[in-house]
Order: sequence, then C-alpha cells, then structure tokens
Amino acid sequence: MSFDAHRCPNGHVTYPGHTRCPECGEEQTETVDLADRTGTVVTWTTSTATPPGVREPNHLAIVEFSVEGEDVRALGQLTTADGVEIGSEVEPVYADELRDPEAGIREPESHEWDGYRFEPA
Amino acid sequence: MDRVAIIGASMTAFGDRDAWVRGLLAEAGDAALRDAGVDGDDLDHLYVSNMASGEFEGQTGVPNALAHDLGALGAYTQRVDQTSASGGAGIYAAWQSVASGASDMTLLVGGEKMTHRTTGEATDVIASLTHPVEYKHGVTLPSFAGLTARKYLDEYDAPRESLGKVAVKNHRNGVDNPHAQFRKEVDLETVLESPVVADPLRLYDFCPITDGSAALLFCPESVAEQYTDDYVVVSGIGGATDTHVVHEREDPTTMRGVVESSEVAYEMADRGPGDVDFAELHDMFTILEFLQSEDLGFFEKGEGWKAVEDGVTDRDGDLPINTSGGLKSKGHPLGASGVAQAYELYVQLLGDAGDRQVEGSVGLACNVGGFGNCVTTTILEQP
Repeated sequence: MSFDAHRCPNGHVTYPGHTRCPECGEEQTETVDLADRTGTVVTWTTSTATPPGVREPNHLAIVEFSVEGEDVRALGQLTTADGVEIGSEVEPVYADELRDPEAGIREPESHEWDGYRFEPA
Repeated sequence: MDRVAIIGASMTAFGDRDAWVRGLLAEAGDAALRDAGVDGDDLDHLYVSNMASGEFEGQTGVPNALAHDLGALGAYTQRVDQTSASGGAGIYAAWQSVASGASDMTLLVGGEKMTHRTTGEATDVIASLTHPVEYKHGVTLPSFAGLTARKYLDEYDAPRESLGKVAVKNHRNGVDNPHAQFRKEVDLETVLESPVVADPLRLYDFCPITDGSAALLFCPESVAEQYTDDYVVVSGIGGATDTHVVHEREDPTTMRGVVESSEVAYEMADRGPGDVDFAELHDMFTILEFLQSEDLGFFEKGEGWKAVEDGVTDRDGDLPINTSGGLKSKGHPLGASGVAQAYELYVQLLGDAGDRQVEGSVGLACNVGGFGNCVTTTILEQP
C-alpha cells in the first residue's frame, strides 16, 4: 500500500494528483509516498452528524507534510482526537475501509475506500 | 452599454413545505411574472437554478417542466447547477443572456426540495460534491466548517462567542422576514450550549435543511420602465472558482473565489467595498460570514469577528449584513439561496422590506458553492 502525492518536473507536490499541476500546468510525472512520514496537524474537528455509512463521531484533520522543502497537505480521519492540537505530530496508519461503500450516495465502484488515518505520533 | 434590470422578484415561504420541486419552482416563477405584469409567453429565456432534484426526489428536466407550467413554451431553457451557488450562477447566466442581446426577457427561478430526506441523507447528497480522497473519509460540508473555524479562532485570537453572535444577529433579523424558516430570536447562551456538530461549531452555527424557491425577472434597462417604475439594475457581477480539494488551499481562512469574483464585480460596477450599503452573505455556517466579510474587502483579514462584536453588521450598524436573516434563519434550499439573496437586495432597494428595511442604494450578494469552491458576487443598485 502507498499514500501517494504527485509531483511535476518543477517540484510542485499535490495530494491528490491532478491532470495538470495546479501551480504550473505541467504534467505530474512522479509520485511521492507519504505513508512513512510524520506530518503536522494544520487543524482538526470532530464531526458528530455523519452521513450514512460513516463512523460517529468522525475525527478529521488536515495534515501537512514536508517533501524536500515543498509542503503538501492531506485530509483524513484521526484514529483518536485525544490530545490532538493544532501543531501535533501524526503518522499515517493504513485502514482497509474508511466508510461503508454501500451506504452513501456515491457509486461504490467509482473509487477506492481504503486509505490512511492519522495517529498521534 | 444598456445595463440589465430586474423588474420583478419573488420568493416562496422557506421551510418544511408539502410541495415538491416542480410546484415550488412554479409558485415562485408565477409570482415574479405577476410582480412585473409579464406573461409566460413573453419569456425569451428561462433558467432554473437547482443542485440536485434528481438525487433528492428523482425529478430531472425541471426547466422544461417549468416552461410548460408557466406557459413559456418556445423559450430557451437551461438548468444551472453550481451546488450551493447555483442561484448566483443562475443570476450570472440570466444577466449574460440579456447583456449579450440574446434575450429581451429572462426569468430565473431557483429552488430545491430537501426536507423529505433525513439530515444524514441530505448531508450526503451535498457531500457528494467532494473529491474521492475527501468523500471516502466521510467529510461533510459542516466538517469543513469545523476545521476552518478552529483554524480561524486560533490564527486571529477570536473568541468562540463571536461566531455565536453571528447566529444571534441573523436570527434576530429573520424574525422580521415573513418568508423565513425560523422567525425566532435565540440568545448567545442557547447557541453556545447547543449540541456539538463539528467541533468547535454547534447546532446553531449551521443553517437548516429547507424547501423553497425564489425568482427574478430580467430585461434591458432601456425598456424596464415599459413594465414598472420599481426596478433595480445589476451594476456588477463576477464568478470565480477555487480548488475542488479544500485542503489544497494555501490559506484555509481565505476564500479565493470570494476575493476574485468580487474584484470582477467591483470593477464592472465601478465600486469598491466602501460603497456597499448592505450585503447578503452566504452564512451556511457562521464562520463563513467572517471569511466573506473579509474576503470581500469590508474588513481586514482576521478582523471580521470584531465587526460583529461591535455591532457594525447589525441592522442599525454601518454595514448591515444578512437583513433577511441569512441562510441561518431564512433557510438554505440550495438552488434557491443565491436567488433569494438577490430578492432581499431587490426589496431593500425598492424600500419594500417593511420592519427590516435599511437605508442604502447599493447592495451586494455573495453566493458560495461547496466550501468556497465556486462563488458568484452580484452588486445591485437603484437605477
């Protein structure tokens, strides 16, 4: 498994990837795995009114990683909100199903449902 | 250049309605035509702002249905979906149709039917606008608001109470709006002690789920007086998009779509933020009123909360914001909301706002889709 950010020839990194780099318009040609890196919590919330198939409460954070001097952010579930603050360090942990693909409005086959949660480091 | 006038407007009661989307659209459309004394067969173009009638109730093809119901057969029709900003995008399309000369009479009707769904289901329909890497984590629009509110309060040392005061103000304004879903004042304590929805935000920081519709009738200003003496003009309008993936924004507390759409609207109107007398902002969540009031240039970045604390945005303040009660108390039937914002500006500019009337000749509406993903800013003025 990998947690892939995408990089263009000019060194801009995004998660997720885009057809063209949002910053310079070049094609993104490389991937960078964030799975073994430590990130920093930019902000977080605990959502208590969740849609069908989503755990309740659902702790969520926006996390920033540094990739060779370029910052890249990702949103994801937190394994716990205990002790989490803006600036806390977290590490990605793989989960094979983040929500029930069958319960929501989106077509289950249209995308992946596994991914990475963030655990306080 | 001949400007574009709005010669008729209407909105239905917002709230828990028995009518379905076709009925809601027809009610508002019929009322706007009556307001100006225009017949359905006078329409060249008919636009419908709607996000998700197919997903909510299994009814698609609504512009054609509405044309048939209003006797507007032969008109060019089009649905405009820009999620929560469908109404503002509809104003843009309607304005463009008249400004380009393609239409001499355009009706825009925005509407949504939502309350038959559970809160979870309605939240999921709206959250379906997100990217797969967001959706799979169960993110909702309210959770984006919680993430952003925490960042804003931390970054600008704003007290939690200041967000609550937005809800208190907008509920107070909604008491005097006969179309509003909630016509009930709330006190700060009630807001701050209501159940947590997306920490640090609580129930009263969020708009309700709503059924409703609103409509506007557009023609060239040069012929407006043939229909009515009571009209307003679209002096400026701009639309802009921001990232689809919300976490990719450099500054989570700035909505670039608001900044960029308003720059276009101000330039077209030859106005600046200081010329605006009153505004309708997209307060789907209380935090959004702060972000927009700053990104529109009314207040410095990080200072919007102080304006609310100081009463600047109250109905009797220097810059009244959300005299209608906002989405917060008026309700938020997705496709209708941007149209209803302009309806409020229209009645205020005509002096027809009754107990919630404020002074001024220049009004601004900012309609936000997604979490700032797509934005339309509209400036309406007395002729």
